[in-house]
Amino acid sequence: MPSLKDLKMRIDSVKSTRKITKAMQMVAAAKLRRAQDAAEAARPYTERFAAVLAKVAETAKGSDDAPLLLRGTGSDQVHMLVVMTSERGLCGGFNSSIVKTARNKIDELRAKGKTVKILTVGKKGREQLKREYGDLFVDHVDLSEIKTLGFANAKAIAVDLLSRFEAGEFDVATLFYSTFESVISQIPQAQQIIPTPVPDTAGADGGVVDFEPDQEEILAELLPTGVATAIFSALLENAASEQGARMSAMDNATRNAGDMIDGLTIQYNRSRQAVITNELIEIISGAEAL
Amino acid sequence: MADTMQFDLVSPERKLASYTASQIEIPGAAGDLTAMPGHARMITTLRPGVLKVKGAEGEKDYVVTGGFAEINDESISILAEKAMPLADTKAGDIEPFIEAAQAAASEAQGAARDIAEKQLADFIALRDMVG
Repeated sequence: MPSLKDLKMRIDSVKSTRKITKAMQMVAAAKLRRAQDAAEAARPYTERFAAVLAKVAETAKGSDDAPLLLRGTGSDQVHMLVVMTSERGLCGGFNSSIVKTARNKIDELRAKGKTVKILTVGKKGREQLKREYGDLFVDHVDLSEIKTLGFANAKAIAVDLLSRFEAGEFDVATLFYSTFESVISQIPQAQQIIPTPVPDTAGADGGVVDFEPDQEEILAELLPTGVATAIFSALLENAASEQGARMSAMDNATRNAGDMIDGLTIQYNRSRQAVITNELIEIISGAEAL
Repeated sequence: MADTMQFDLVSPERKLASYTASQIEIPGAAGDLTAMPGHARMITTLRPGVLKVKGAEGEKDYVVTGGFAEINDESISILAEKAMPLADTKAGDIEPFIEAAQAAASEAQGAARDIAEKQLADFIALRDMVG
């Protein structure tokens, strides 16, 4: 049976934990709003870009002299998995669910005898994958110093990835990240980015389009930008998901701390009462003995 | 035929402008071109330069550092890598691009070198235009 003093100390400690988690939840809520705004602002570009890419790539898709990025290397032996996770913890199952998706894919690919390489973005995922797949790591991108994600960050990752692709280091690249559905739901995704998947053009009205300088040169510029755009929107989605996950995790933690405080307070009051009763009994039996 | 067209200027980070315009001068990679309503459908790459838009509220200029333009007969979308209004741009904003282009030009070989040098020249011209 803990003493009254111990109980008092535990209640105080849980109370300060609750204050911290409450503050973290509010910070996450503010950051979430910003992250959502950023993701929202990037959407028009992504949508239009997909439309342009669809138009240009549609006709080039079938031909043999299409750029390597569009046509692929013709093999799918070596896979590059880009696993994007957060730099900070305390965000519930956010990182674990991305890592789980990636792990399933790694096991699936290895069972088929493919070679897997991993590039990690964000240290939390790296830590989780390190023990099992540490020998597959090729590089790591650290975003912990970055306050607001810019297109330049995504472009740097894309340039690195593309130079590896051109050097023949891999055939297929897949992005792993989470899309933001709501505060309580983030959905882990696996999205192929190299070779570039051509967006569905079923809705396009298919008129003749002129290209300047020419289709090939446009594609040569369009496809690398497409990789950077895909990475950028994945980073933004991930940032929003992370804050959403943190917000609900911290909300749960705050509520649990509240429950714990209630339980401990009841226990504290009971033992205080027991002490008082005990003292009374001692006084009364002392008086009776006289 | 309508005498205005929908003009959209977007960059990966945000949407800069969206309104109707009557005439747009585009710094295309293969030379400047002016798009007016009813223009043939085309897609072009952009070089670093100034985009001039004539709309209902007068003429507005934007600096773009590259990207793509998609022209349809009643709308035009500029997908710029980085864009900002000309009035808010200072020569100092262009300097980092010139430095990057210089570095790229000194490293590149063969045909890539020509492209990199042209890029550098475009950025320098852009800086002079801004400053």
